[in-house]
Amino acid sequence: MTSPLQQKLKINGSSVVTANRTWDGVVVYRTAAKGWSVELTDAAIVRNSDEAKALLAEAVADDVGAIGPYIAPVQVDEAGKILPGNLREQIRRDGVTIDLPV
Amino acid sequence: MYAYDEIDRTLVNERVSEFRDQVQRRLSGELTEDEFKMLRLQNGVYLQLHAYMFRVAIPYGTLASNQLRQLAHVARKYDRGYGHFTTRQNIQFNWIKLSDLPDALADLAEVGIHAMQTSGNNMRNVTSDQWAGVAPGEIEDPRIWSELIRQHTTLHPEFSFLPRKFKIAITASDHDRAAIKVHDIGLRLIKNEKGETGFEVLVGGGLGRTPFIGKTIKHFVHGRDLLSYIEAILRVYNQYGRRDNIYKARIKILVHELGIEKFSREVEEEWQHIRYSSLQIDNEVIEDIRSRFIYPAYEKLPHMPDELRQAAADPDFEAWRKNSVAAHKNPGYSIVTISLKPIGAPPGDATAEQMDALADLADKYSFGEIRVGHEQNLALPHVAKRDLPALWKALDKLGLATPNVNLITDIIACPGLDYCSLANARSIPIAQELTRRFANHELANLIGRLHINISGCINACGHHHVGHIGILGVEKNGEEVYQITIGGRADESAALGNLIGPGVKFDEVADVVEDIVEAYLALRERPEELFVDTVKRLGVEPFKERVYATR
Repeated sequence: MTSPLQQKLKINGSSVVTANRTWDGVVVYRTAAKGWSVELTDAAIVRNSDEAKALLAEAVADDVGAIGPYIAPVQVDEAGKILPGNLREQIRRDGVTIDLPV
Repeated sequence: MYAYDEIDRTLVNERVSEFRDQVQRRLSGELTEDEFKMLRLQNGVYLQLHAYMFRVAIPYGTLASNQLRQLAHVARKYDRGYGHFTTRQNIQFNWIKLSDLPDALADLAEVGIHAMQTSGNNMRNVTSDQWAGVAPGEIEDPRIWSELIRQHTTLHPEFSFLPRKFKIAITASDHDRAAIKVHDIGLRLIKNEKGETGFEVLVGGGLGRTPFIGKTIKHFVHGRDLLSYIEAILRVYNQYGRRDNIYKARIKILVHELGIEKFSREVEEEWQHIRYSSLQIDNEVIEDIRSRFIYPAYEKLPHMPDELRQAAADPDFEAWRKNSVAAHKNPGYSIVTISLKPIGAPPGDATAEQMDALADLADKYSFGEIRVGHEQNLALPHVAKRDLPALWKALDKLGLATPNVNLITDIIACPGLDYCSLANARSIPIAQELTRRFANHELANLIGRLHINISGCINACGHHHVGHIGILGVEKNGEEVYQITIGGRADESAALGNLIGPGVKFDEVADVVEDIVEAYLALRERPEELFVDTVKRLGVEPFKERVYATR
């Protein structure tokens, strides 16, 4: 499998680095403080491939903290709020779109 | 039920200890994710969108009540209180923590359940007919042979690093409830002219990106030669199967590229080297396995007890009985299918409370045994006919008496984009909307047998290619788009469905299905002509015209 760092990065607009936390699998976002947060609003925003590569490299290096990091598109609204850039990321942030059985 | 021996118990317990150590080393950083990934996959642990997903094997779909209770316990203690039954006789938990997994596995091991062969490029959980051992007309119980293969292949080093995953299904009835024609190897148990047990062997079936119906490679393999013949197939696959391209690595591609004749010659040559080896199975081995299956002590009961006669006056009971109750090899008993497809609910899900209650009902009415079918429903395989009214009332209280088995709302669906990291589109909300559209039982009955299968990506976990109506979700320009096929089937006449036209948007899918169904009701020659037979007779054109006339 190709390492995330070897993959070509095509950045169209604002993006973040997201992954799943190692011990429980919860969705997390890479922060500017070189850590992880469960809140998308805490994520560090990158806007070009150099920034994205650097943030991703830092995330990949933290293999104990989170797994499977990748670049995900986001939208930043006028108030500066970070929103998921597609349905997949919306579901990852908000949870399933259905009522759970319990 | 199959009673595990000391070897099985030791194997399962040692596996738990081994995995506990591996998880500990992963969490401490001693193992990287690259090193750990294969180890977790070998224990049924995937990473999905929101969390780890834990897939547990239910070999040949047979569960004891104490095992179902333990699955409920795992759902409650380590997950979010429910589980999802899959199309390959497994159960999945969607929210489990890696740090809890060793304990969950240990709890399951107490009742002989494990997660081996539920993931990775190895021989997967061998599946079979959920009515095995009780279906009238069955030649013999196919689970004996499923268990033989399970014992031979579990952790077998030669089958642990195959080019890709490998799935076997076995049936012993004329009507194929195990979908053997869409498996890497499909086995149909038959007898030869001497009355000896053997198998028609099919190879190269499968769905996913490149679907194929399996082809018969040998019309009769004697039971004593079953392991050597399977091993010969696997050796040829192991040698020639592609490892350079994951999308071309399944045996179906090899069979297709070599052609069944050449593939068959290769297998035959390999087989001659190993046929008369220790792989030849003594009858004693089969009888030993057979002796470890515990069959109920059936009573001699009337075919039409008073309780059943009286209950027949209740139309709701009758609707359920006609739909969910099937003939048993013993005339005083029935097989009861339990729909896990309530209107508006995710297909195949069961709560911990429902699992516990079902385990109690299995103890009370089915000799403590439950079955899991590839249609994502459960079954109680040994219910005395006199108990059917009481069982129905109990199931109804649990929300498990929806009378829709094999009807249009008995939908097979993968978890889709709501859970799955591979999915491109959602499956469950589509299924939910369709069940609401066709919730009227009279309408569903009027339509008759109609299987809808939904997959949220080309990997086809919802078996959309073989749905009478197949729905495949894809992503196009950032939107969910659904391609619709019709005319597929997964039984003994297995066929791949044909696309009716361009994909439609999420909000249009239920309308399109309604159009297809309306066209069918207008086009069928008589009420008994099934949807899939009307499509076979007329092709896709009339349906296509109906769907796209106004779109």
